[in-house]
Amino acid sequence: MERCRLVFCGSGGQGIVTAAIILAEAAAIHDGLEAVQSQSYGAAARGGVTRSDIIISDSEINFPKVVQPNILVCLTQESFTQFYSILRPGGLMLLDSDLVEPGMRVEARQYKLPMQRTVQQEIGTNVVLNLCMLGALLCLRPVVTKESVLEVVKKRFSERFLQMNEKALELGWSLAQESAPSSGDQRGSAPRPTH
Amino acid sequence: MALQDYIRSRFFPHIWCVGCGHGTALNALLRAVETLGLDPSDIVMVSGIGCSSRMPGYVDFHTLHTLHGRALAFATGTKMSKPELTVLVPMGDGDALAIGGNHFIHACRRNIDITAIVLNNRIYGMTGGQFSPLSGPGVVATTAPYSTYDPAFDVMRLAVGAGASFAARGSTYHVVELQQLLVKAISHKGFSVIEVLSPCPTHFGRRNQQGDSVEMLEWLKANTAKLGSKAAEENPELITRGIFVEDERPEYCEQYERILEQAREG
Amino acid sequence: MTNKTNNKIAFVQGNEVCAEAALYAGAGFYAGYPITPSSEIMEHMARRMPAMGRRFLQMEDEIASLAAIIGASLTGHKVMTATSGPGFSLMQETLGFAIMAEIPCVIVNVQRGGPSTGLPTQAAQGDVYQARWGTHGDHAVIALTASNNQDLFEMTVEAFNMAETYRTPVIVLIDEVIGHLREKLQMPDPDELEVVKRLRTAVPHGVDYHPYLPREDGRLPMSDFGDKHRYNVTGLYHNMWGFPTTDPGVIDGLIHHLIDKIENNLHQITRYKEYYLSDADCVLISYGCSARSALHIVKNRRQRGMKLGLLELQTLWPFPAGLVREKCSGAQHIVVVEMNMGQVVHEVKRAVDHPERVYLANRVDGEFITPTNIKNVLRVIMGRGV
Repeated sequence: MERCRLVFCGSGGQGIVTAAIILAEAAAIHDGLEAVQSQSYGAAARGGVTRSDIIISDSEINFPKVVQPNILVCLTQESFTQFYSILRPGGLMLLDSDLVEPGMRVEARQYKLPMQRTVQQEIGTNVVLNLCMLGALLCLRPVVTKESVLEVVKKRFSERFLQMNEKALELGWSLAQESAPSSGDQRGSAPRPTH
Repeated sequence: MALQDYIRSRFFPHIWCVGCGHGTALNALLRAVETLGLDPSDIVMVSGIGCSSRMPGYVDFHTLHTLHGRALAFATGTKMSKPELTVLVPMGDGDALAIGGNHFIHACRRNIDITAIVLNNRIYGMTGGQFSPLSGPGVVATTAPYSTYDPAFDVMRLAVGAGASFAARGSTYHVVELQQLLVKAISHKGFSVIEVLSPCPTHFGRRNQQGDSVEMLEWLKANTAKLGSKAAEENPELITRGIFVEDERPEYCEQYERILEQAREG
Repeated sequence: MTNKTNNKIAFVQGNEVCAEAALYAGAGFYAGYPITPSSEIMEHMARRMPAMGRRFLQMEDEIASLAAIIGASLTGHKVMTATSGPGFSLMQETLGFAIMAEIPCVIVNVQRGGPSTGLPTQAAQGDVYQARWGTHGDHAVIALTASNNQDLFEMTVEAFNMAETYRTPVIVLIDEVIGHLREKLQMPDPDELEVVKRLRTAVPHGVDYHPYLPREDGRLPMSDFGDKHRYNVTGLYHNMWGFPTTDPGVIDGLIHHLIDKIENNLHQITRYKEYYLSDADCVLISYGCSARSALHIVKNRRQRGMKLGLLELQTLWPFPAGLVREKCSGAQHIVVVEMNMGQVVHEVKRAVDHPERVYLANRVDGEFITPTNIKNVLRVIMGRGV
């Protein structure tokens, strides 16, 4: 596979880092790939901008940070503003439609999905927003298999939280399946500016 | 065991001045150990830096002479790693309560089974007579040539406030009483603080017109009284001696044993 | 894609690797004080040690933490503490005590940006000289580092082995990037890596035991506090019984022993890795996280036929000057890659035959040094073709 570089960003408490770890672990442990995950954060445990970098590859990864991601996920307006410009031209951008309003043209295949609203409605909590995001991402770009992610999720969460996390993952998957790039781009077509 | 068997006579003479109270305190301490019938191989003495901190060199226990103020931190590691050991920590007043103040209050708070012996001569002796946090106001010292205006800690109130489950004060004039207090302090299960008023004729007495060691001992006799005694009640200016607190409270190493059990059971 | 699961492969953070390796090496006692970016080491120990019947203690500060593990080392435990810059600064006096009293212990410093509180959550490698010279007085010290999980596991075990072998504190000097980076770890089998046991005295009870009289091979067998040999331990210059002395002959002997036991074993203590050095006309020298960026650029430029090589140092102190000199002997350019204003670069300049060929590629803004940062320096040195 080609080396895939991802950046997840949002605010502290949204589970950005957990989602990144789950994805990278699924690649490293279950899909037999190489993966590295790191994060940067400020002093605040809640709020503030959190960013996590993931690289997935079939060969050894030395430099572990992402300079220009192929995939950028933004779950807050603040993190979008800070990081939208690092996305590789033609890359994939996944946003929460209620939490981020791009308000500008970004040369990317941009997906805006109501992920937080959906988990709130269907599951009754937004603590599983991160798993919903992962589900959507995997549908749009299968960097690892959904089965591998489910394996990691099973290992990671206690019985009490397992079901809601699995459900969130499936919800995200379905949201993405029904969606099209907000610009009207078709999946897989040549990238062009949106908005 | 005979008392002299607790001594490393190979390393004598000791460094203490003529008339220093620390030798008397050591004598009382060794008699307390003898009374309790402790095996010297079960005792670790840990000290910091200062005149009193030279004590471990002279006693035939496992001895650890560490850094200024840090004795209780080293001792905490020793005790936690081998709780069956008896850990004794002689400290000076500056060592225990200036540079070592933080370790002192945290050792009190944990209530770890260590005996802290604060040898209080109200002065930094080894470095040449500077004032300490136990000097109190109106004392002449090399760093207070016009006399001190720093208030002093009350070691007993500090220890009790910080959580020590045993706190007592004695003096090197009242040697038999001191020995009895030390027996109680060492046998107490939990953190015990014992403050020993110990004269420093060289640096404190000389600068503060307290005379020689005999006069300083007489001062201790005249200016202290037993806790709860009539003399103490009638004259609140007197420094009280005796046991200020003796509580049964969960001991730190025993509490850790519970954590070990809990973790084993998963 | 294969879908194989290997139970021995874990996807973990460097800090967890360091803690797990310490447990593998037999750490029986840990004391610490929380500080970013090292806290995960302490948290991992807090979880794991009680379940293994081992002892864990949270102290009131870093001074007390190092003091406590020294107190525990003397009762016979292998011991560790972990911290970051500000805590490592606080530990310096106590580190000197461990050197002087020859107490085996391991201190992990997960470096962050300094000086002072600096950059708590960001990477730097500014404590290399502090590890060497932070405590006062002449002394020798061992400091190891690593650039990935697998090496970090091995180096942490090595740190314990060297601490026991040479009766000295050993510093594991990693950084925020390595501490927080998650990647694979192939967990070694229980007997896969060598684990050095504490050397205890064979002197029987009742016979005079000299705790500070080195054997002919320079090693000092220990006796645990609580056993039958009772002796004195002090931070003052001391004689063979551990009793304080000002005898010039004894003092001279002790300072030489403290330094010689480490400097004379440089070849045994030196750990390194090399990549493409045999024909390299430009040698990069790096360590810790920076070595990852250096290796990236080396591999990348090799594909274009550039004769670039990398010497990755894992032993920083004692500095392997002979090794550096040998590996750089054929190089036209030597570039030290590190995240500070220049620390190892000075040691390299002192080591090589042509110090004028030594350059520094660094980054000190809290961001991880990138392959592009290194490439830009190479461009300046070697011309536009890089």
